Amino acid sequence: MLEELEIYARKLAAAGLCEPGAPVLGFLDDRLAFNRETPENAVLAGVFGRMGINSLLWLPLGEPYATIVDFLAGRSGGAILPRDCETRTFLHDLPVVDSFDAATLAEALSRRKSVIVRGRGVLAHGAVSPEQAFVSASSVCFACFVKFFSDYLALKREGRSDPAYEAAFHTAKSLLAPPRTVAPELAEGPFETREQALAAMDAAGKATVGLGLVDSFFGNISCNLDGVLLISQTGSSLDELPDCVDPCPLDGSSCAGLTASSELTAHQAIVALTGAGVILHGHPRFAVILSMDCDAAGCPDSARCHVDCSRPRFLGERGILAEIPVVPGEVGTGPRGLVNTLPPAMLGRRGAVVLGHGLFATGRTGFREAFDTLLTVENACREEYFRRVESFGG
Amino acid sequence: MNGWTGKILRVDLTRGTTSVETPGPELLRQWIGGRGLAGHYLDPFIHLPWDHPDMPLCLFAGPLTGTVAPSAGRACLASRSPLTGGFFDAQAGGRLGAQLKKAGFDGVVLTGRADKPVGLKIVDGGCALEDASGLTGLNRSRLLTALRWDGAVAATGPAAEHGARMASVWVDGRHGFQRGGLGLGWAAKNLKYVAVKGTGRVAVADPAGLKAAREDILRLTAASPYLSGGHGLSRFGSCALYDLMDARSMMPTRNFRASRFAPAPQCNAVQLARRFESAPHGCRGCHIRCGRVAADGRTLPDLDALSHFTALLDVADLDFAVQANALCLELGLDPVSTASTLACEAELNGAGPDPARFLAAIGDLGSGGRPDLAQGAAALASSLGHPESAMTVKGLELPAQDPRGAYGLALASAVSPRGGCHLGALPMSHEVLRKPVATDRFSFLGKARIIALAENAGAVGDSLVICRNLFYAASLEEYGHAFEAVTGLGGAAELFARAGERIRYRECLMNARLGFNATDDDLPERLFVAPGAVGTEPGVRPIPREAFLEARGRYYAVRGLDAQGLPTLEKARELDLLESYRRFKPEGPAGVAEGGEGGHA
Repeated sequence: MLEELEIYARKLAAAGLCEPGAPVLGFLDDRLAFNRETPENAVLAGVFGRMGINSLLWLPLGEPYATIVDFLAGRSGGAILPRDCETRTFLHDLPVVDSFDAATLAEALSRRKSVIVRGRGVLAHGAVSPEQAFVSASSVCFACFVKFFSDYLALKREGRSDPAYEAAFHTAKSLLAPPRTVAPELAEGPFETREQALAAMDAAGKATVGLGLVDSFFGNISCNLDGVLLISQTGSSLDELPDCVDPCPLDGSSCAGLTASSELTAHQAIVALTGAGVILHGHPRFAVILSMDCDAAGCPDSARCHVDCSRPRFLGERGILAEIPVVPGEVGTGPRGLVNTLPPAMLGRRGAVVLGHGLFATGRTGFREAFDTLLTVENACREEYFRRVESFGG
Repeated sequence: MNGWTGKILRVDLTRGTTSVETPGPELLRQWIGGRGLAGHYLDPFIHLPWDHPDMPLCLFAGPLTGTVAPSAGRACLASRSPLTGGFFDAQAGGRLGAQLKKAGFDGVVLTGRADKPVGLKIVDGGCALEDASGLTGLNRSRLLTALRWDGAVAATGPAAEHGARMASVWVDGRHGFQRGGLGLGWAAKNLKYVAVKGTGRVAVADPAGLKAAREDILRLTAASPYLSGGHGLSRFGSCALYDLMDARSMMPTRNFRASRFAPAPQCNAVQLARRFESAPHGCRGCHIRCGRVAADGRTLPDLDALSHFTALLDVADLDFAVQANALCLELGLDPVSTASTLACEAELNGAGPDPARFLAAIGDLGSGGRPDLAQGAAALASSLGHPESAMTVKGLELPAQDPRGAYGLALASAVSPRGGCHLGALPMSHEVLRKPVATDRFSFLGKARIIALAENAGAVGDSLVICRNLFYAASLEEYGHAFEAVTGLGGAAELFARAGERIRYRECLMNARLGFNATDDDLPERLFVAPGAVGTEPGVRPIPREAFLEARGRYYAVRGLDAQGLPTLEKARELDLLESYRRFKPEGPAGVAEGGEGGHA
């Protein structure tokens, strides 16, 4: 188990969420074990003793996340309320505490999957596997990143002045990693065998994670091979796809896709409607942020635009951003699910963004085209984001 | 009082009398409802024979039942099982739980034995016992017609009247307390039916808070591939899992002599839906609607019934599976135990798959014609000199998920207080369905604590009387907010954490008092010595015995049991269960009698 804990620690550092070697992971079966000895372990052991859990992750944040999370936590009033889709669905809100003591942390974690300790980091728990804590802590970072930059743009759009926010913004901006512009070589397709398709999916998944185009390691990916949709399993890491792909017959003759991505039905509908050969879905940060930027002042749906927005919208007015529509929709197949809104928006286009969620991109035969859309759109969104901020006074 | 009605109906069938008990708020808060409260009322009497007049039958709803909390409209029935001899709780959907709450009761505790068959009618705070002599022998359809009741109804069938230990209690025609033979417990009391109708409202402290909690839960279920996906429960019912069980080599086949069934693609949920033009059917207050009804009105089998009436019996015939399942429901039989007993008999007699013979045997169980089968697989196999052929744990036949294919499932099935059942810990969620995250299904690493924690959470869920399916998407985190909004109480997380462990440990105490120990927390030998699937992908090997025993030992340590799987004074004291412990060990060390459980009514 110690090796597994170290794997998660390395992944967190690789994603830029912390310094290498910083995370502390604890796992309890009949005995408690930590990936390393730290002064925090005694407090974490106390949290274990107070809760019905088997895993804890203590994540001291690296930059720019430390700046971002600390700023939001300082103004939270006890809980940060991000508006992105993943948080809305799975985390609900992000509790904040000031004290790093077992009682305070356990009380907060008894109500939510994670807690932010102001000025120190993020603590998350699991009752099944350390992966739960890893996913929750990663999602907290993603949610805070999106909220921080999204709220700042809204602030500027409204013409309000907030020196503290402006200072934090410029600090965070200066700490951002430079954009990645070089796409790796990916298979063009068409694929003749399942092995070829799976290898191409694996490469595309690794590239998507490697270039930071996902929240945590999650997104989904599919490939239509002779009427069978090969699709990543729910909760699978895009950089660990081998053995995590479900073959789902498009003729509906089997329910073996029960473990497939929650967006299976949307993928199936996109394939049926557009004839796409492959679909790649990621959570590129600035595409998500721009999807939440809206100039409709006083809109009655502003609190529920993630499901109720009825305006035809695109990520921008120029270039590739003008080709990418933004649609509302929640995760999955519910009555307000993206399965109803996304597929029609993809018709005749190479991609579409689900508001506050992420980008879906297609390719005719291989992943090069879909990945190029994902990367190009994200970099264009990043550029456009800072252009808009600048246009409103910076 | 919000959430609870604060009233429990006591019925003495011997005297034909009823009374209303008003348990204090602390008792309700401590044990919540459903399985927790039922355990409270059963604990003092669990040592009695299952058919003793003083053995209670406990029918309970939960504090969320009758509110808009999603999938919380179920009911819990608990007693000592005629099949396993241990504590047993079962859940049923339909309208029974909600109607009970609307009629003004959190639960009903029935004791005594009527001198002739009776039915209990509960309407808006009142109740009456009625002569049901004219209803004996009626199957489900005819009884429903004869009762002409527009509320909720739970009843037994002819199988219970004829002594079948796998007799069920059906609810509202299409649902039921299927497992554990609890229908036979009703028959022992000469109780034919309970009919309930209510028009009251369940008081909710914070309707806006409940609405917010409900939205959180609905969002999670919509995001769940298993519940709401294109291949999920809401589209195909629980049979959606059929293909996956075969694909993972986890489909018990020919009485667990294999774990893959070659004709599975011909018998899957898609074929079932197409052939019988099925329509969805659901419980009161549930948006998943996982039941399926054929165009001709028959209730279609769920996953366990479909799998056992095809793969376990080696019959690739959907018509047979549907017919056998419908016959079980008409006669008041648990399809899982019935099919498993038939599979055991077929193995021991060397008989090939013969649908006509199977159907005749099921029919005989409804008329007392097969007393050999009526005792269940364990008794049958023992009587034929081959106890190893019974695929049971603690006498309860295993459902349609082969433990060789998932080791958390194996551990959960072995230690479950119910017997051959894994629902209390839902290991399928992470070992097969990848929720909340995937775990290695062929490893025991970490599974001891995972199972213990999940059992605690499950005990709370069963006490809130929430459908277990919802726990494939939501958790007590979200239901805690619903509980706080409904009851107006704070601190749900702390309350649930303590209540879950206490409820589960008290069941350990009850079963230990009945003589259960580590010998009973075990799986059939076959699963440790024979592979499930060889030469297929994936292969399924025998469960490694030593690793299983080590994991079970770790589970005992986490649970606070000794090496024999027995409760300890130390843990009982920690959980404030000394009164229960004293019942288990009356001769215990000095000091045991001190203290005791708080909150007794």
